Amino acid sequence: MTVNVGVDEPTAGSASRAPVIEARNISKSFGAVTALRDISLQVGQGEVLGLIGDNGAGKSTLIKILTGFQQPTHGQILLDGEPVTLSNVADARAQGIETVFQDLALIDTLPVYLNLHLNKEPRFGPFLRKKLMQENSRRYLDDIGIQIGSVNDDVASLSGGQRQAIAVARSVYSHARILLLDEPLAAMGAKEGGIILDLISMLRERGEVSIILIGHNYTQVLDVCDRVNLLQHGEITLNKRTSETSVEELLDLVSKEYRRGGKLAGNRGQLLNEARDGR
Amino acid sequence: MTVHSAAPISPDPPAPQPAKTSGLKFVVDRVLRIRELSVLVVDIVLIIYFGVANPAFFTLSNIQNISDFFSAAALIAVGEVFLLVCGEIDLSAGMTFALVPVVMVTLNGDGMQLWLAMLIGLLVAAVIGLFNGLVTQYLKLPSFITTLGTLYLLHGISLTLAGSTPLPAPQEGIIPRIFGVWQWSELTWTVLMVLVMQVVLTQTRWGAHTVASGANMIGASESGIKVRQIKIRAFVLTAVLSGLAGILDGTNIAKSFDPNAGGNNLMFTAVAAAVIGGTALLGGSGTVVGAALGALLLAVLQDGFNIQGISATTFVIVEGLAILLAMTLNIYFTRFRARAKVG
Repeated sequence: MTVNVGVDEPTAGSASRAPVIEARNISKSFGAVTALRDISLQVGQGEVLGLIGDNGAGKSTLIKILTGFQQPTHGQILLDGEPVTLSNVADARAQGIETVFQDLALIDTLPVYLNLHLNKEPRFGPFLRKKLMQENSRRYLDDIGIQIGSVNDDVASLSGGQRQAIAVARSVYSHARILLLDEPLAAMGAKEGGIILDLISMLRERGEVSIILIGHNYTQVLDVCDRVNLLQHGEITLNKRTSETSVEELLDLVSKEYRRGGKLAGNRGQLLNEARDGR
Repeated sequence: MTVHSAAPISPDPPAPQPAKTSGLKFVVDRVLRIRELSVLVVDIVLIIYFGVANPAFFTLSNIQNISDFFSAAALIAVGEVFLLVCGEIDLSAGMTFALVPVVMVTLNGDGMQLWLAMLIGLLVAAVIGLFNGLVTQYLKLPSFITTLGTLYLLHGISLTLAGSTPLPAPQEGIIPRIFGVWQWSELTWTVLMVLVMQVVLTQTRWGAHTVASGANMIGASESGIKVRQIKIRAFVLTAVLSGLAGILDGTNIAKSFDPNAGGNNLMFTAVAAAVIGGTALLGGSGTVVGAALGALLLAVLQDGFNIQGISATTFVIVEGLAILLAMTLNIYFTRFRARAKVG
């Protein structure tokens, strides 16, 4: 499947519709630390929003709020225009929100098939339907194109890329209508990463799932996303269609940040010089 | 751990996978299986040894003795396995064991029907478990500290209620017969609970979530698993099984309930049985059947030493060595698994 960068099909017509998920004036403080400051963002039906920004900019905190794992200090979350309270992950899941967390949330001592069905295990009475889970898991992983020895293996025995693929598969092969992917490619090699990007593109073509994708690789983000938001020190500083921006612009915005740091350096480093010179 | 009792791997075609990780994995699986199996092997070897060394070993009364040593520890160990697997421990189990029957006979002595008194006794156990669970989960005290506190608290309450003397255990009627008077009732209850809870641990959602909560607490809660609820449930389970063991044991063996009975020694035996059986001390994996085999190992050792005329003090030394050895193997295998992950 080809990825047409810059063709924004799904969102264009949906101007009249309320965004599928919207964060309105979200703030989050942990004690004296403010992680998010008055954040607002929206994702339309079938839209893929790329969320980029430095480490510590607040991306993961935002994802955790949108998935009910943490509560915002201020602000509102709206689904289809209706304000909702997501008091926990199960709550969010019931609303059709699935998440791939940065730490993957895998259970090392459980087999692949149980991890793929974690907390949504098919059951017969009180009993786990292991055979069904094993078959499903085999099908999902084959469908994605990720090689895993046996679905009965404990997750502990898998490589970083395989683990990540399992975390992604768990949320993608579901009835979710909103997917939150926190760095789904972080531990992956180029080939495995390509497989996951293809998966996101396939979902995008179907146009029924709204996705927020956190990424570090701007080229990948521009490739698979419809729109991109840049999060810097707890605020959104850029919100553009991917067709209207470029890797250069994004890099420029981000590098301005640390170059400004350099100019404001003042007389920092004096002691460093003294220490080095005195040798 | 949870895998091996699963149905035979279904239509999985034996596709020749790149052998490196799966070959290593195969070895790990094997070793883990042996870890549970090895306790069984040691059990069998010990039974054969004592059987050959002393003809009295296989007499009915001696088998009854082993069953008496085994049952209470195994019953409490079932609960401790669930706690250890989800990353907690209950040090107060031995005191719950002592208190619950005291509550039961006290109420019964005040004129309450025995069945109702027993039910209330077990309810008290559930409340003790709930208390331990709520304090550890909501006040965020380590369970080691919480249950150390309840240990003393419960002991004090038992002594106060019983007036520091043993109380006679009711022996008449159907309830005592089911719960201890019939000589195999304690063993029957124990085996039943071991089998049921092994199935719960390996075949149900509760079991899978217990493993998940112990192996990766944050990951489990990110997946929407109610980790606190799972852990509180394990505390309640342990306390109720301890209370049940207290009623069965006193009715069966001493025909009385001593507020100083059971106690910490029994609790440590149960934890040791779990660890010898292959349950990870740091959570994330464990087996109920393994714990029962561990309890059997300690029971056979203790009984065998008794009938051989070897002093009880020697038994304590052997028990200590067995625990050290089991824990060493336990930790070694945990590291082995962690290394396998990289391979």
